[in-house]
Amino acid sequence: MKNCEYQQIDPQALPTPTPTPPPHHGKDTEKKKEPRRPRRKWEVFPGKNRFYCDGRIIVARQSGVLPLTLGLILVTSGLFFIFDCPFLVKHLTSCIPVIGGVLFVFVLITLLQTSFTDPGILPRATPDEAADIEKQIDNTGNTSYRPPPRTKEVLINQQVVKLKYCFTCKMFRPPRTSHCSLCDNCVERFDHHCPWVGNCVGKRNYRFFYTFIVSLSFLTAFIFGCVTTHLALRAQGGKGLVFALQESPGRYPLVICFFSVWSILGLSGFHTYLVASNLTTNEDIKGSWSGKSGEDVTNPYSQKNIFINCCSVLCAPMPPSLIDRRGFLPTDESAQTGSADIELPTLAAKSEINVVGSPFALQKSPSPVETSLPAVVPTQHLSAACC
Amino acid sequence: MAETHSLQDMRQQTAITAKVFIQRDYSSGTMCQFQTKFPSELENRIDKQQFEETVRALNNMYAEAEKLGSQSYIEGCLACLTAYTVFLCMETHYEKVLKKIAKYIQEQNDKIYAPRGLLLTDPIERGLRVVEITIFEDRSLTR
Repeated sequence: MKNCEYQQIDPQALPTPTPTPPPHHGKDTEKKKEPRRPRRKWEVFPGKNRFYCDGRIIVARQSGVLPLTLGLILVTSGLFFIFDCPFLVKHLTSCIPVIGGVLFVFVLITLLQTSFTDPGILPRATPDEAADIEKQIDNTGNTSYRPPPRTKEVLINQQVVKLKYCFTCKMFRPPRTSHCSLCDNCVERFDHHCPWVGNCVGKRNYRFFYTFIVSLSFLTAFIFGCVTTHLALRAQGGKGLVFALQESPGRYPLVICFFSVWSILGLSGFHTYLVASNLTTNEDIKGSWSGKSGEDVTNPYSQKNIFINCCSVLCAPMPPSLIDRRGFLPTDESAQTGSADIELPTLAAKSEINVVGSPFALQKSPSPVETSLPAVVPTQHLSAACC
Repeated sequence: MAETHSLQDMRQQTAITAKVFIQRDYSSGTMCQFQTKFPSELENRIDKQQFEETVRALNNMYAEAEKLGSQSYIEGCLACLTAYTVFLCMETHYEKVLKKIAKYIQEQNDKIYAPRGLLLTDPIERGLRVVEITIFEDRSLTR
């Protein structure tokens, strides 16, 4: 890539981008006067996510098998409560539906929280930031379209960690951050993208995910145990096990639980190990800290104490969402007046991108496909031309 | 917001000439800390000590937000017992500290940075990646 020459582009000369629903992307000053519905930031979010309830709920674009997960849990628990509980309450104890109910509610709430919470998405770099990083990267005069992969090394607790440059988000990824191709976002402390919950599992929703799988293991094991007891009691009292199985629809939860309990228990065990050693699934799979390459590497994030590791993963203060889904985009007035009239004379003297730093810009990825507010368009073209 | 207020005041006589980005410091892990290295673009604008003091204060506040102490453990356990539904109704400890940080930045802008033609942007608006400092050229001097 040749050294990026940021040329001044006259925003007045730029063609008006094709209007999408709110037609306010032209440069004409009279458009400033039109009253517009203020838009929220989630409406212009560049990642592949879907938003509901005016930005309060965020899910991945592909919901994966979340409906199946919900369906299985609801159907299995429903059958359990309807067919097995009455019998067991009569013959054993009435605690059974209570315990089952508590576990069921727990599972459902944590599942929905895992699916609908922002996993720790990092907003993409603003055009100014991206330009600053480009300047700092040593340019070897490579003329191919894509420069060689960029990495930066940092020392974390005496351990060398390589930070990779994300071409989509235009920034060096913080440690433990990974770019999810399904959601097209960089996610902090990326664990994995779980199709069962239809969302990435990252820093902010890992504790929900862990609670979900642990409580699901308890629920599955509980239902399995209760249904087995139910069938055993029926078989004892009557005509045998086969008849008991045929008679009661309670056999369906048994089958579902039998097949799922092992995998769910296994998953819970695996994640308990990850929590205790402060690892992510991503790091474990890649073997980042296992010293496969023969180097002396240790996990720099582990506190070397199981209890402290568990607490720091599960009980740490809940980090805030960095993408501010429900914030309002500034109106065109505040975006334009700062840039159009006053900035041009000074901009011509400089060879850098100068845009009024406005909060909305952090949501925009400099892609030609994105329609945008006027102040960002010049930098989009500049960045697109450069990259 | 602080920056809109300052921008509206400044725009008549100043223009942006450059932006400086203070990157994150990952030497102690994934905790939110910023580098205290003094950028060269600010050399004739502000005192090195003043700048370092601001960044250190920010670092301390972020460390306080992410601190693992007995209070956070208790909050975490209680939240777990309620299936984390408390997060829907309560403001978290982190959010409280973020408000404190926003106030501190506004204060610093009003008292120290704006008179020198500089503007600090709250890192939360940049995804806690950078502290963006906008440098304004003072046009009133050229009139």
